[in-house]
Amino acid sequence: MITTTHYLMLSLVLFTLGVIGMAVRRNFITVLMCVELILNATNINLVAFSRQLGDLTGQVFAVFVITIAAAEAAIGLGIIIALVRLKQTTNLDQVNVMEG
Amino acid sequence: MTWFLVHFAQVVFYCLAACAVAGAVGVIAFRSPVHAALSLLATFLAVAGLFVLMEAEFLAAVQILVYAGGVMVLFLFVIMLVNARTIPQEPQYLGRLAPAAVGLGALLAVLVGVGLWAAAHGNPGDASSLRQVQGVPLGNTEAVGWSLYRDYLLPFEVVSIVLLVAMIGAIVMGRKETGKEGGA
Repeated sequence: MITTTHYLMLSLVLFTLGVIGMAVRRNFITVLMCVELILNATNINLVAFSRQLGDLTGQVFAVFVITIAAAEAAIGLGIIIALVRLKQTTNLDQVNVMEG
Repeated sequence: MTWFLVHFAQVVFYCLAACAVAGAVGVIAFRSPVHAALSLLATFLAVAGLFVLMEAEFLAAVQILVYAGGVMVLFLFVIMLVNARTIPQEPQYLGRLAPAAVGLGALLAVLVGVGLWAAAHGNPGDASSLRQVQGVPLGNTEAVGWSLYRDYLLPFEVVSIVLLVAMIGAIVMGRKETGKEGGA
């Protein structure tokens, strides 16, 4: 029997892999992909709880999360293009103007 | 054979979960952004399959259309546009955070172990109420649409404004800088 906990565990794995990727990788494009991983983990959680509670709100919120993820990807990739035009790099270590 | 039929949902779940986790590991591990993007695509498709398994068919379709279709094409397009080969190769990994990543991974393994041990007593819930519109059994898409356009109409409109702002922002950041005041 596959229970809600199984889905939560999978979501936990995907979320943690996303966070590890954001911490370890230095390529801006890969970091954005890790954000998508995290949002996917959130969606699995929302749908699993929606099923557990018999309430559609979780699925409706998952639709909203997908929408925001698409907006975030568009903005992030726009930033990447502007960054490449400005500094000819996608490496986050080279983008330290605001580091102080 | 009977074991397979009885445990079909488990087999499908573990196959899809393995695909999703392998794809996520690939996103972190592959050096080339193109390989990482294709690995992420595997994760998206596996998650769509999990949505079907959770009887959220509408979300599975949206996942494939928006993520695998839209977001992934956008990623690949930008990777091609940026053309990684012309950019000097730097170290792709940040060494000093590696111990933290290993510690996080170990904590994750413990949590998953405890969770799966405790999962034996869980209850997956009943999906039949997720496909009813005012008590009438129709389908998941109808039910989500009904909820989206009746109970969550205002958030729906707000999200459309968010999308509009994101589109304008992406255009403003993507265009060439003209004039003295700069592109933005």
